[in-house]
Amino acid sequence: MLPLLAQIEATGEEFISFGGAVSAGFAYGLSAIGPGIGIGYLVGQAVQAMARQPEAAGLVRTTMFLGIAFTEALALIGFVVFILLGL
Amino acid sequence: MTLALEFPPISHIVEWPDLLFEDTALAFNKISIIYLLATVLTLTLFFVGGRRGALVPTGMQNIAESSVDFIRNGIIQQTIGPEGLQKRWILPLLTSMFFFIFFCNITGIIPFLQMPANARMAMPLTLALLVWVVFNVVGFANQGPLGYLKSSLFPPGVPKALYLLVTPIEFVSTFLVRPFSLAVRLFANLLAGHILLVTFAVLSAALWVTDWYAVFLPLPFLMLIFLTGFEVLVAFLQAYIFTILTAVYIGGAMHPEH
Repeated sequence: MLPLLAQIEATGEEFISFGGAVSAGFAYGLSAIGPGIGIGYLVGQAVQAMARQPEAAGLVRTTMFLGIAFTEALALIGFVVFILLGL
Repeated sequence: MTLALEFPPISHIVEWPDLLFEDTALAFNKISIIYLLATVLTLTLFFVGGRRGALVPTGMQNIAESSVDFIRNGIIQQTIGPEGLQKRWILPLLTSMFFFIFFCNITGIIPFLQMPANARMAMPLTLALLVWVVFNVVGFANQGPLGYLKSSLFPPGVPKALYLLVTPIEFVSTFLVRPFSLAVRLFANLLAGHILLVTFAVLSAALWVTDWYAVFLPLPFLMLIFLTGFEVLVAFLQAYIFTILTAVYIGGAMHPEH
């Protein structure tokens, strides 16, 4: 990547938009890791709970959606940052 | 080989020109028309559904009754508890909120509208601020101003010295982050879905050619169909999550943690 950077005679503005585009990709990619793991674990545990106690399925489902909503917020903030940086 | 793939800049996807009363404070664009439409649809659903009050519900009354039942048993009973049903304003607030958000979301996949109104920050932010005001007022009314601040800023069961750390965190998370995350969750989900749909629609349109690479057309097109179905789910789920979080916040402000 470095020789490529050396070849480009980037003006200040171009360089900023280049950096924005690259870091936008990183912002979204990195922010998706944690919530991805979190939601996977959360739903897995919820399914296990429902399988063990089918009569509590309604309560578990409500709580599961709540947990997903909280966990997902981080990924979505990353997505907003991605949009803001990519503009 | 050029695919002539011109992805529109983000401002072209979500910004719409004024249609009525241009350049005034009352300017109307597609988004405001969708807001009005969603309001009218929500009102129609419940006024027409509740007008007859037949013992055996049919048609519109069926939809209205089962949705009220869903909010009542699926959301209020599960999160606030029976106390939430005694306060008679909670059920109408949550029901109308759910349907307004749902109708604003579902326009993202309705032909000719094709713009989820909640993909603009205006309405999610307004609704989140409304929720913020409502749960704070409920807290003040139910626990008294001091009691509410004490129960929300000083959670019980924490060692005294830790309050130095816990209280600022609780303050930020309860009073600042809640409305922000509520608004961003709704907005970003809908915007992401809208951008995905636009991406695959642009890809399909670019592959609509008489060249050999038109054989790839089915791939983005099938993805577009799949995503359209997925957006129905997202529209419902986001309305559900917004409503359920509102109920959780109101319930939390109603009785102190212990």
